[in-house]
Amino acid sequence: MDSARSEDDEGIPLAIKMLIAGGFGAGKTTLVGAISEIRPLRTEELLTEQSIGVDDTSGVERKTTTTVAMDFGRISLSDELVLYLFGTPGQDRFWFVWDELALGAVGAVVLADTRRLATCFQSVDYFERRGTPFIVAVNCFDGAPRYGSEEVRLALDLDQEVPVVLCDAREKESVKEVLIALVEHVMAATPGEPAPV
Amino acid sequence: MDQPENVWLDDEAGPVVRPYAMTRGRTRPSSGEFDLIALIVAIQPAAAVSAGLGPEQTVIIDMCQHPLSVAEISAHLDLPVGIVRVLLGDLLDSGFILTREPRRVMQSPGEPVLKAVINGLRSL
Repeated sequence: MDSARSEDDEGIPLAIKMLIAGGFGAGKTTLVGAISEIRPLRTEELLTEQSIGVDDTSGVERKTTTTVAMDFGRISLSDELVLYLFGTPGQDRFWFVWDELALGAVGAVVLADTRRLATCFQSVDYFERRGTPFIVAVNCFDGAPRYGSEEVRLALDLDQEVPVVLCDAREKESVKEVLIALVEHVMAATPGEPAPV
Repeated sequence: MDQPENVWLDDEAGPVVRPYAMTRGRTRPSSGEFDLIALIVAIQPAAAVSAGLGPEQTVIIDMCQHPLSVAEISAHLDLPVGIVRVLLGDLLDSGFILTREPRRVMQSPGEPVLKAVINGLRSL
């Protein structure tokens, strides 16, 4: 707290983020809450004229404002590094918010609920198109049909290199393994290959 | 809608009226980027800088005695992130805060950072 701290990065950690996507009810906020050091928080983005220009808002133009909510959590990994986990907003038509979230993200976890697998198609499509590295984590709800990761891979028509892991979004240890699997996937995918746009 | 300050606003007015009044109509910060995960830290305690600041900005200074992200400030203030960016822009102009923006690139953050993430996660 003195004048020595005048340079940009000094003393301030670097923040990075991962996205947690998946259909409504797949357990995104549960997953974030299981590992976050803070109670998951919610931030809102107002749909402004600026975003209306780039987003299809047909049908909402008569509303004065629209808000898009994002739930997130925080994990302090060290004194220099803070990881934020953002649940992607459910309103899939607000792609500009997804674009903002995806920009600079380390990668994404698509949380799949095998009872409603189709609800994560849009997320998979989005990250494939954008070239954001992602893995699929199958949330093994009690009583949900148990499928092997290969069955889920087939059902979602995933590329071979996309990891599919099983998890329990309520369990911190399980969520840790999911996030580590994502980072390992990102590391494996990194070598100089330009991401498809 | 039963709080006194809401009496003159019906649903047609929408919630945008009051937040942007707070920024005197401005929708963009006068300076700074303020990514959702940009970390903000106050240079001094709120008591030292409160003169001339709005109540929200004083609260921001209070909160940011330790680095806090734009998203967290928005959540704690219960204000849309666009509003928070404008308030932060003023604080940056006045020299009350420092910020560290994340890398906004479509690339991996690099192996050292990724390894640090794995190590950090393992030790949770």
